[in-house]
Amino acid sequence: MNYHWNWSVLLQQVATGENSTYLGWIAHGFVITAMLTLVAWLLALALGTFFGVMRTLPGRWPRFVGMSYVSIFRNVPLIVQFFIWYFVVPELLPKAMGDAIKNLDPTVQFFVTSVFALGVYTGSRICEQLRAGIQALARGQVHAALALGFTRAQMYRHIILPQVFRRILPPLTSEFLIISKNSAVASTIGLLELSGQARQLVDYTAQPYESFIMVTLAYVALNFLILQLMSGVRRHFARPGLMGE
Amino acid sequence: MMPVLSTVQRRVRTAAAVALMAAIAPSMALAADLSGTLKKVKDDGIVVVGFREASIPFSYYNDAKQPIGYSIDFTNLILDGIRKQVNAPDLKVRWLPITSQNRISLLQNGTIDFECTTTTHNASREQQVDFSNSLFIIGTRLMTKKDSGIKDFADLKGQTVVVGAGTTSEVLLRKLNVDQKMDMRIISAKDHAESSLTLSTGRAKAMMMDDALLAGERAKLSDPKDYVITGKPQSYEAYGCMVRKGDAEMKKLLDDVIAQTETSGKGEAIYKKWFMSPIPPKNLNLDFAMSEAMQHLFAHPNAKIDPEAK
Repeated sequence: MNYHWNWSVLLQQVATGENSTYLGWIAHGFVITAMLTLVAWLLALALGTFFGVMRTLPGRWPRFVGMSYVSIFRNVPLIVQFFIWYFVVPELLPKAMGDAIKNLDPTVQFFVTSVFALGVYTGSRICEQLRAGIQALARGQVHAALALGFTRAQMYRHIILPQVFRRILPPLTSEFLIISKNSAVASTIGLLELSGQARQLVDYTAQPYESFIMVTLAYVALNFLILQLMSGVRRHFARPGLMGE
Repeated sequence: MMPVLSTVQRRVRTAAAVALMAAIAPSMALAADLSGTLKKVKDDGIVVVGFREASIPFSYYNDAKQPIGYSIDFTNLILDGIRKQVNAPDLKVRWLPITSQNRISLLQNGTIDFECTTTTHNASREQQVDFSNSLFIIGTRLMTKKDSGIKDFADLKGQTVVVGAGTTSEVLLRKLNVDQKMDMRIISAKDHAESSLTLSTGRAKAMMMDDALLAGERAKLSDPKDYVITGKPQSYEAYGCMVRKGDAEMKKLLDDVIAQTETSGKGEAIYKKWFMSPIPPKNLNLDFAMSEAMQHLFAHPNAKIDPEAK
């Protein structure tokens, strides 16, 4: 294979007249991917906790709502969800509202859509992990808490969730790493995050290997940062006997 | 120690060796003549051709999911040329769909042997691959709704415009935006279909692309009559076929077939078939008359990057 390597292309000024180098594009993509990962992660955590708790409540309706959420969003391919949020939802809304969305700055549209798609999808996975964690706790704890006069909300807040979150920290870390890589799907609706920049770099420089190697390294770096963050979280909240070790 | 052979045994051995030589000699002689891609094609008995799945009218699927189009007609003529050159009338052909992102890599790593679709011949690609004589020359223009009030590029100030990611149009549009401070919002769509969806759903006011492809995209829309192709071309570009870098024999074969097609009048017939008569999938006529640049190309086939440099 006669490939013409040229790493210096990364330091060239971009061909589109903006004041940046190709390496600058990668750096910009890194920032977008990191922001998208973090915001979508927070949304996923909130949704996952909310619906995960619902799936363990005694009534039939909360369980049904939780189950519907999981079965819809966990079973539809992520890329399809991106397309639905981006292309279909604005058409289903009242026309004025849809038009208002479509007239926003495209980058804002891409970013917000991506946060929704990623957050809602990952939330359904976190929901199931949380439910499994709650159901793994000894049932006696629930009875003891209620017998001591805790309301159900207090019980979840002070007894159940603190234990469950510590136990499911390892799978949550995995989900955090996965969401950072799933964020690449956002490039299919036009967001110029890392994968979008990789594609753009290939288009503009015709140097696919240099581009993808750089972008791969950027993902590895991001995942390393997430691992550091999560092991920091683990150490900070560590209590003897509660971490599942 | 040499084994002792009887006369009969020796004769049989000699005869076998002669027969074997006779059997492989012609293919050896031919193989010695061929090199690069043509040798590979001859040895494998198969040629792998890249095509685009949705570039109307250059390379796209018909209802039977067979690739058809202007560029595919050229591809078929080239395949005839290859069959003749490697002396293999029953050469198998495998059609492989490619995208603008993977076409160069697939060619370099040997997955496809050549491609004639809608690849613009430019200097950065020339670092990686060789281009044949040009197939087509386009101008980059705008498509917009008739009532949008956009007539030319100057009218795009402050508007949202969609453009294909990685295309020359994208470079030109972004440069124009920076240089003229036009404050446009530019959406880079990953393919033609997404570009036209962005335009038809009202997310963008105009779409910039190669004029011939705009005509093709318009034909796919549900209401083609509501859209116009407008604006002064911002650049002219040449589409060429890509072959592996340094494969002079393959390039010469493509160059010859293309030049012969263009000067013999066959090229004009292919043009009329795809641009001036009804074509699948909707039986619409693109009604896209041959430009001066195209007429010049057909009169003087060449492989120049800049079609304006005559």
